[in-house]
Amino acid sequence: MDVILNQMDEFAPVAGPVAGLVMKNEPMVIKRRVARQLSHLEALESEAIHIMREVAAECANPALLFSGGKDSIVLLRLAEKAFRPGRFPFPLMHVDTGHNFPEVIEFRDRRVKQLGERLIVASMEDSIKQGRVVLRSENQSRNPFQSVTLLDAIAEHGFDACIGGARRDEEKARAKERIFSFRDEFGQWDPKNQRPELWDLYNARVHPGENIRVFPISNWTELDVWEYISREGLEVPHIYFAHRRDVIRRGSGLLPISHLVQPKEGEKVENLMVRFRTVGDMSCTCPVESTAVGIGEIIAETAVTRITERGATRMDDQTSEASMELRKREGYF
Amino acid sequence: MSAIENISFDHSELLRFITAGSVDDGKSTLIGRLLHDSKSIFEDQLSAITHTSRKRGMEAVDLSLLTDGLQAEREQGITIDVAYRYFATPKRKFIIADTPGHEQYTRNMVTGASTANLAIILIDARKGVLTQSRRHAYLASLVGIPHLVVAVNKMDLVDYSQDVFERICQEFHRFVAGLNLKNIAYIPMSALNGDMVVERGNNLGWYEGMTLMDLLEKVPVDHDINLEDFRFPVQLVCRPQTEEWHDFRGYMGRIESGSISVGDEVQVLPSGLTSRIKEIVTYEGNVEDAVAPQSVTLTIEDHLDISRGDMLVKISQLPQVTKEFDAMLCWLSEQSLDPRRKYLIKHSTRLVKAVISRIEYRLDINTLKHEAADILKMNDIARVSLKVHQPLVWDAYQRNHATGSFIVIDEVTNNTVAAGMICPSKG
Repeated sequence: MDVILNQMDEFAPVAGPVAGLVMKNEPMVIKRRVARQLSHLEALESEAIHIMREVAAECANPALLFSGGKDSIVLLRLAEKAFRPGRFPFPLMHVDTGHNFPEVIEFRDRRVKQLGERLIVASMEDSIKQGRVVLRSENQSRNPFQSVTLLDAIAEHGFDACIGGARRDEEKARAKERIFSFRDEFGQWDPKNQRPELWDLYNARVHPGENIRVFPISNWTELDVWEYISREGLEVPHIYFAHRRDVIRRGSGLLPISHLVQPKEGEKVENLMVRFRTVGDMSCTCPVESTAVGIGEIIAETAVTRITERGATRMDDQTSEASMELRKREGYF
Repeated sequence: MSAIENISFDHSELLRFITAGSVDDGKSTLIGRLLHDSKSIFEDQLSAITHTSRKRGMEAVDLSLLTDGLQAEREQGITIDVAYRYFATPKRKFIIADTPGHEQYTRNMVTGASTANLAIILIDARKGVLTQSRRHAYLASLVGIPHLVVAVNKMDLVDYSQDVFERICQEFHRFVAGLNLKNIAYIPMSALNGDMVVERGNNLGWYEGMTLMDLLEKVPVDHDINLEDFRFPVQLVCRPQTEEWHDFRGYMGRIESGSISVGDEVQVLPSGLTSRIKEIVTYEGNVEDAVAPQSVTLTIEDHLDISRGDMLVKISQLPQVTKEFDAMLCWLSEQSLDPRRKYLIKHSTRLVKAVISRIEYRLDINTLKHEAADILKMNDIARVSLKVHQPLVWDAYQRNHATGSFIVIDEVTNNTVAAGMICPSKG
């Protein structure tokens, strides 16, 4: 049982020399040293597995959002670690804007097949056909309208929880979001009316029609994600690696030439070595110039990068200081 | 012997900390300084705040703008309780739970503190120890944060005086006597000028201790969880029922404290049945032993009825199993406690109905005096007696945070209305 000591030099704080003012107010319980201290990546992994299992246990009908992007690729590995040798206790769902990079869709389908799990594709084309989404032009960014398709799919399938790969380091609205983030019956996030979240005790209770968005990798950074992909030897779509691509310079970023983005008058098409830091809507996802052809090189670049992930790559987040916050309040994940 | 020598930096570790103090103490400036001097601020962020600083007519870049709020906060003049920020040095990865001061402080700090290894309490060198410093110290001790740093800030405004610093240290020391605070370090600094935050600066030559960043990188975190008592709350039962895994029955969960090895005798609580660990299953394959806070799947030798909410423990280290217990409760909701109502309690992986049968006292957080109370309002802290409809498997919070903490949920609104910390049983 406990060993109580008054002299606890071994456990004295390292602030020993601090002006001689370190104190030990009372006897302290000695705890045996752990055989091995978990690294920060192992600690983050265990936290995420715990979160996923809580969702599986407490939610009646959850889904995991899988886009083929790096964050949701990490989610799938975490789900394998959480639930194997069993099957995933939820289907995978992709909100397909119809503006995805073809390489990413090909990767998505291949990965789902490998896992032998079920994929639901919620298609924005359907929302457009049904008149639920009205676009100003065929080629405009579809990111803002994902929420409509997502919320429709949640209602159609009766999901009470959606697991997503959002991280708090991405954006300041995300920095203030809970791991279990409550959404009302309109799918809205109310930043000033969030449930307090203490210790690792998550409250997943909802009324019919409401749902919870769950972010198991909330506490991961972009660098953690790449280090984990490297450690686990995970495959990612090859557009994450440096490759030659026709791009134009627009605003502060590069835009990839595709059937959605054509040079305007005065814009010059350049063929550059680039890679994508995020993969989203082709019309607003910007690559960065890079020579990183392997994961090790991406990690090296990420470790010293001086631009945030979204600052470099998402034109839609630059339209106003609060664009992510506004989209989230409308039901974006 | 120093504890540091035993720590390997082969892998970088995780340190979670909270900053306590109001805007006036320079909290935002301190966080901005930590991020800036550790090169964790990105160029696009820096250019955005440089732009805003200029727009507001300031000459230097106002680092406090880095922690500026959301549109919803600016519009409504409110601050959202906790924002999380991340930075890393080659030695450690850090998570800051940044909680605003002012109103609702208790609720915010308890929330941010619940997962913290360390708290930084900011004191303005000109003002010295204030009532709020005592409040911060008390909350840190209530939530059992293992390490406390008293950052005596704005030393530039008191001519970097050693006398002022030492007077504040002694006052704080007297102040917190009797609180459950184990490790306290005092650092004089100027967050504005960067003295003793990441760099030592040239103004505090008389101070020989560590800079704040030094301390954050070196403070030991390996004994912050209970490594003695094995506690394994079952989250899920895995029964694949496939051909390959026909008879497999695994108990999935996270080791909340202690460690476990194949062959160890375990008891299932609350049923009391015993068995031995057969396998420790992980995605990478079976292992011989595992430690907190690993998430694993356990199988046992015997076929027992075990489900979510049960807890596996070692026989030599038994927790309490009762339907009645006392706890310190921190009320978080705008809707006050109604002692006539039933609430839900989530404790480890168990959800039970509960009544708060008695409010023993409410604590005046400024004077630490006990007061009689019939109801509890938001930000109130009280010692209460609870009754639950099914037994809980618990340890006192001060012994084991994972099995001594719970949240209270309002059955009607589904909101989380209170946080609880179980007290040692009397007698």
